[in-house]
Amino acid sequence: MGTQTGIGASVKRKEDKRFIIGKGRYLDDISRPGQTYGYFIRSPHAHAKITSLDSTAALKAPGVVAVLTGPDMQADGIGPLICGWGITSKDGTPHKAPAHPALAIGRVRYVGHQVALVVAETLQQARDAAELVEIEYEELDHVIEVGDALAAGAPQIHDDVPGNLSFDWELGDRGKTDAAIGSAHHVTRMKLRNNRLIPNAMEPRAALGDYDSGTDEITLYTTSQNPHVHRLVLSAFNGVAPEHKLRVIAPDVGGGFGSKIFIYSEETVCAWATKKLNRPVKWTAERSESFLSDAHGRDHETFAEMAFDANGKILGLKVSTKANVGCYLSTFASAVPTYLYGTLLSGQYTIPAIYCEVQAGFTNTAPVDAYRGAGRPEATYVVERMIEIGAREMGIDPAEIRKRNFIAPDAYPYETPVIMTYDSGNYALAMDKALEAIDYNGFVSRKAQSQAKGKLRGIGFSAFIEACGIAPSAAVGSLGAGVGLWESAQVRFNPTGSVTVFTGSHSHGQGHETTFAQIISDQLGVPIDQVEISHGDTGKVPFGMGTYGSRSLAVGGSAIMKAIDKIVEKSKKIAAHTLEASVEDIEHAGGIFKVAGTDKQMTMAEIAFSAYVPHNYPADVEPGMDETAFYDPLNFTFPAGTHIAEVEIDPDTGTTEILDWVAVDDFGNVINPMIVEGQVHGGIAQGIGQALLENCVYDKESGQLLTGSYMDYCMPRADDLPTFRVQTINTPCTTNPLGVKGCGEAGAISAPAALMNAITNALGKEIDMPATPEKVWRAAQGL
Amino acid sequence: MYQFDYQRPETLDEAVALLKEDCKLLAGGQTLLPTMKQRLAQPEALVDLGAIDSLRGVCPDDDKLAIGAMTTHAEVASKADIPALACLAAGIGDPQVRNRGTIGGSVANNDPAADYPAALLGLNAQVTTNKRVINADDFFVDLFETALEENEIIINVTFPRPQAAAYVKFDNPASRYAIVGVFVAKTGSGVRVAVTGAGPCVFRHKGLETALNNNFSAQAIEGVSVSAAGLNSDIHASADYRANLIKVLTKRAVAQIGG
Ligand SMILES: Cc1cc2nc3c(=O)[nH]c(=O)nc-3n(C[C@H](O)[C@H](O)[C@H](O)COP(=O)(O)OP(=O)(O)OC[C@H]3O[C@@H](n4cnc5c(N)ncnc54)[C@H](O)[C@@H]3O)c2cc1C
Repeated sequence: MGTQTGIGASVKRKEDKRFIIGKGRYLDDISRPGQTYGYFIRSPHAHAKITSLDSTAALKAPGVVAVLTGPDMQADGIGPLICGWGITSKDGTPHKAPAHPALAIGRVRYVGHQVALVVAETLQQARDAAELVEIEYEELDHVIEVGDALAAGAPQIHDDVPGNLSFDWELGDRGKTDAAIGSAHHVTRMKLRNNRLIPNAMEPRAALGDYDSGTDEITLYTTSQNPHVHRLVLSAFNGVAPEHKLRVIAPDVGGGFGSKIFIYSEETVCAWATKKLNRPVKWTAERSESFLSDAHGRDHETFAEMAFDANGKILGLKVSTKANVGCYLSTFASAVPTYLYGTLLSGQYTIPAIYCEVQAGFTNTAPVDAYRGAGRPEATYVVERMIEIGAREMGIDPAEIRKRNFIAPDAYPYETPVIMTYDSGNYALAMDKALEAIDYNGFVSRKAQSQAKGKLRGIGFSAFIEACGIAPSAAVGSLGAGVGLWESAQVRFNPTGSVTVFTGSHSHGQGHETTFAQIISDQLGVPIDQVEISHGDTGKVPFGMGTYGSRSLAVGGSAIMKAIDKIVEKSKKIAAHTLEASVEDIEHAGGIFKVAGTDKQMTMAEIAFSAYVPHNYPADVEPGMDETAFYDPLNFTFPAGTHIAEVEIDPDTGTTEILDWVAVDDFGNVINPMIVEGQVHGGIAQGIGQALLENCVYDKESGQLLTGSYMDYCMPRADDLPTFRVQTINTPCTTNPLGVKGCGEAGAISAPAALMNAITNALGKEIDMPATPEKVWRAAQGL
Repeated sequence: MYQFDYQRPETLDEAVALLKEDCKLLAGGQTLLPTMKQRLAQPEALVDLGAIDSLRGVCPDDDKLAIGAMTTHAEVASKADIPALACLAAGIGDPQVRNRGTIGGSVANNDPAADYPAALLGLNAQVTTNKRVINADDFFVDLFETALEENEIIINVTFPRPQAAAYVKFDNPASRYAIVGVFVAKTGSGVRVAVTGAGPCVFRHKGLETALNNNFSAQAIEGVSVSAAGLNSDIHASADYRANLIKVLTKRAVAQIGG
């Protein structure tokens, strides 16, 4: 419609006012009458037997209500945490997912492992009493790195998982790929390390269980990206309460980046404890608990081989990865290094043969699961580093080699050898725009200028692709998902013409309240301030799957479109009746229903009113204007684009300065360009964090987390970042009604490869992430 | 945090009288309070120096500059008329830290990666306490250890004016403390080169000082060997890398001064 609040307008975010004036309502802002406070006692050891646990003294301490342990939960029949995605190994056996009790039973497997919950009248009292709980441990050997864990003779983390191997999975055609490599003109071989990250959402995880003994209902307030999935799992698997007696509310949530998808120990315990104690129980993570126990991200050790013909055309790609999944399989941990990784290894290229194998190994570290991009950053890193290194080795320009391999714009739908079917794209266009924006031709002279100052200048590319909008339920079901991945929407007109939209997706920073309102405003002509978006409460919203995988707009937005279709269909009947015309003659555009060829018309508001005050109303139409739709996508969406980074390195100190960053992304149609640009900025910032600054380090000797605070874990700050120059191109997605592709993860997926390609281009040498000053200095000095 | 008593005396004498065992002085709290929150420190009582006006302020003199112990980093950054010192203070932490943290607290704490110790040692400063005057050369003893006795209170720090000075810091990317910081000063008694962040405690580098006393220029440093022996090695930087930084940063400081 092209109004100032419709699709394509950079509407200021409706939600920001409450955040800016301090009226956001985050979990710790919520308190319930009679509330108690929980404090988790955590393992100080990487791996140990719990030989005794004595809470006698703690129970006598002031204000203490209870000390709860794993055996208590087990006695109450509370089931272990689950992994919701089944992976099948090469030999046909299912993945091994050892039982993961929410509170440890008999053994602890990482530093930070939840051992017991102390509940008291105040947090201070709970903390004080926690020191009185006497726990004796017998330390066991531990293992931190996945390579070590999978090697012969490694300490056994689970008795029922020999060799610490959860699964050994493969995808693609091994024989064909080996043949391609065997007969190639050139083969690039590289070991690549995808460093382990800690998510660091601004709001730490928190949970507040509140049992109502009158209704026998538990309300769990929790920092969740998918409250219905929380409710389903807590009900069906953990047995905390039947689904209709459990309400999960995720209020304003301050960032997730994937880390709040999962069903963790802490909220499971709070949901159980509130009923057991008949008191509300609240827990809010301290930042150090977040570092220790939020699911970490990435952590791959990979060996890759990319085969080329003499012209730089890729003939095959073979990838062998060891993925560290931590000490248990977290909720979606098994999907991340497999179907969210191997399936993207074709990148933007026509590669005739691809083979990927992944061994997932348990270690004595926090569980590893999806983190912004989830598998796709790891895939892009492999593909984009390999093609760049291949280009260097063969003396081909890195932009040119990519162009020679791009899937052509007329080749869609394009089926890759790794089971994806790309619906649309225009990779060369994004590349050309990016080359122009960065002034690629001027790079040589800019490099010379840097050289004159004693600095090393480099330029690096990343032509990334991702599979977003997850996902068709049938597709993911066939790949092992335990859930469907559709989305719900309910569009409710109030009698006075304002609208409340209930969405099963969840905003924790993405701006749903604005973007979704723009869709309603655009399609139904409702002023944007008359549209309210409601999400995050299983007591209000139809069952939905939540927000992750850049899916909210592509799937949740499409569900809203489907509900809008139903609203329009019904409205046409009412308009036809009222205007005494036939339904076929009613034309609708932007909330105006017109009898074709006449000036007779009704507005959406008039129709909504008549639906609630049906004095003159068609007999075969139900009163009310409130439609619900469920949308299951036809395919993933495939956002893609080119990022180019330009850096300057000080060889004396190894400091990297990012001088320029151009991103040209194809997100299909764009609803709110300002929000999209913000998402890209944030994503690139996280990608730069991974490539330059962030690194989760456990001490191999002691198993302690060395990067357990901001003193040692380096998050990117504004002054680490360049001014981003972001553009979009808009090849509409062909498989959803909005033509959108999703933009939430692109930056984090693309940026690490672009930056590492730039840094290694400057150095003339390969190094692994993160490119810390010392590592860069050593490479620059030839040490 | 554990429970503790809290006192806020208005004079130095009162503060001294209040000090007893298991008591801690509270200045800006930027180091002490986080440690207490993590339950790593458990003082019975805190004696807050914040209400003692005589401990605060920057007092310039012809040949020296005295800075009260409770003067915040932000005040030093904006008021100290030794540019290298003002610039050092401006580079500590973030605005919140600079507006709470104090020179007295920083010096008393003697964190191996803190900035001020380099300035005190580089400028040959004197620390005045309620008991005595201590030269910087004698003040910083070892890792988090100073010459201060139990319950000795720093009153001020006096910096002799240098002919010229510069401080160059290489930030730890995460904490933004110094991985290495080098303070170079041309003083009446010769060139002083104080290095923080690199070792367990701030130290003067005699080799660099000798070279610069002979020839105050960046080239003069080229031939000096900076040993990595005894330097810190951690997940952020190895001893070798720190040794390299000492040399590079000294050159840059000398270049800033115009050597
Ligand atoms: C996020 C962050 C970043 C930081 N970055 C830097 C940095 O880049 N560089 C840097 O140098 N520092 C940095 N700091 C430390 C900061 O400068 C602190 O302010 C300083 O180390 C301690 O000063 P304070 O006034 O806060 O002292 P407090 O924390 O109050 O006290 C510290 C210690 O000194 C003792 N003490 C205080 N005053 C006196 C006195 N007058 N006499 C005797 N003993 C006394 C106390 O008893 C205590 O043991 C940072 C701190 C934080 C929190």
